[in-house]
Amino acid sequence: MDRIPILKMGSFLLVTIQVDLYDRLALNLETDLIRMVSETNTRGVLIDISAVGLVDSFMGRILNNIATISRIVDAQTVVVGMQPAVAITLVELGLTLAGVHTALNVEKGMELLHKRLGSDAGGGGQLYDNSE
Amino acid sequence: MQGEGGSFMITLSKDLIQITREQDVVTLRNRVKELAVKIGMSLLGQTKLITAASELVRNMLRYAGGGTVTLEVVLGDKVTGVRLTFADEGPGIADIGLAMQDGYTTGKSLGLGLPGAKRLVNEFSITSEVGKGTTVTVIRWKNGL
Amino acid sequence: MQSEVTKFLEKNKQSILTQWMTNLAEDHILREELMSNEKSRQQSEELLLAVLKVIASDNFKNTESQEHESVSDIISEVSIYRARQGFTPRETATYVLSLKQTLAEVLDKKFAGDARLLYESARELNQLLDSLSITTFETFIKGREEVIMRQTDEISEISTPVIQVWEGVVALPIIGTLDSMRTQTVMESLLQEIVATGSSIAILDISGVPAVDSLVAQHLIKTVSATRLMGAECIISGIRPEIAQTIVHLGIDLSNIKTKTTLASALKLAFQMLNLEVRKGERK
Repeated sequence: MDRIPILKMGSFLLVTIQVDLYDRLALNLETDLIRMVSETNTRGVLIDISAVGLVDSFMGRILNNIATISRIVDAQTVVVGMQPAVAITLVELGLTLAGVHTALNVEKGMELLHKRLGSDAGGGGQLYDNSE
Repeated sequence: MQGEGGSFMITLSKDLIQITREQDVVTLRNRVKELAVKIGMSLLGQTKLITAASELVRNMLRYAGGGTVTLEVVLGDKVTGVRLTFADEGPGIADIGLAMQDGYTTGKSLGLGLPGAKRLVNEFSITSEVGKGTTVTVIRWKNGL
Repeated sequence: MQSEVTKFLEKNKQSILTQWMTNLAEDHILREELMSNEKSRQQSEELLLAVLKVIASDNFKNTESQEHESVSDIISEVSIYRARQGFTPRETATYVLSLKQTLAEVLDKKFAGDARLLYESARELNQLLDSLSITTFETFIKGREEVIMRQTDEISEISTPVIQVWEGVVALPIIGTLDSMRTQTVMESLLQEIVATGSSIAILDISGVPAVDSLVAQHLIKTVSATRLMGAECIISGIRPEIAQTIVHLGIDLSNIKTKTTLASALKLAFQMLNLEVRKGERK
């Protein structure tokens, strides 16, 4: 298997990562996701990593890339469901994924996207303020 | 009771994995996880060790095109641990001090590989000779921080 | 060792034991309040018998022999037991050295006429008992370390209570110094509780942390970063004025972290973030 399925849920895209990501797979995901975002005109992307037991600096970089590139094509990315052990390890490694939005689970991630995109419609200039 | 100094260590099991391509990274991670689970390491400990292994093996592939990883279960002063040795025959590192600094990279990575991996394990040592290759050895103890 | 000597010791083991116990009593190291006399006697007898076995064996010179191992095991057990009961290192060392003294006295009385034999036996006995003293010292410290480790574990367990203060808000009051070990425990239990309760806000209260240096601050920042990676927000409360001052003087940047002086004001901020309003109800 060389591709991770990307689902369209309403106005958002949902990616659930359930296999151990090796580099090619991760890079494919980056390319596919960005293509899907521009093709479908999606404003929000949810990446569910609750089944992922390990995120190293390479995968961290992919997540960061996806968030940054989506932002350029006017979409928001939320990474949801990171496990405690993975979060502690990432911080210890020195990666804080500062440019990526996060949420506890898919439901909370959806809420966050609705909130952010709602405020966007209101024309507020505070869309990217959550980078701390 | 005798002979248990600070450097006391014996190898309980030993295994070799050749790393030549990307998919080997996944194999290595699985083997490391098996060993960590076998000695009863906590989930956080496992995650840290596997992440460190992942960083180091990636370095090995990127800069030396591959190498050998030795996986051992070792018994130190009353605690067991997993020792991993990453040996390659790549270009070597000219300035180890510099390579151990956060954010330093000659490739296009984030430069967290070596210093990041060091923070995730309990013991870390590196030797390198330009033109000959690099060897990195790490240990994570069962009850390590 | 000369069979003449070993036979003599074997035959007189009861009186040697009595003599040894008497010496111990005279030196005031029986410490009845820590260990009953019966237990002392039983331990001492076991040890003496094991020592006599080593002396009598053909393997006396071979320190790897079974007899040596068994005496080593017994002395380790005795030392660890004493460490746990709270004997001082001096008392524990004296206990073993006192056996050496007793044996020397007994041999001296019996073989006073044969200087050569006496010297030889004393030398060998010394060698054995000195090595036992070293083992005692080693295991005594190990025993104490075990006690300390157990206490450390207990303390870190009882000192990291994560409390759910509201739906969606957990709080963790930290009391005592934050070292790397503590931070790890704190981080783990906080993150686990965030998952378990589905909370999106975590309050870390440091009113009970005596001092914040750059290392502690670094630990706090790590905890906040990990919380954020999970998708929750972290507020640090209980920052006393002097701690705020130290943080600034040390040049630590906490500007990316939400901080409050009291737990109450942190909770208020949490309510705001959750769009909750707390009002006084109308009296019925």
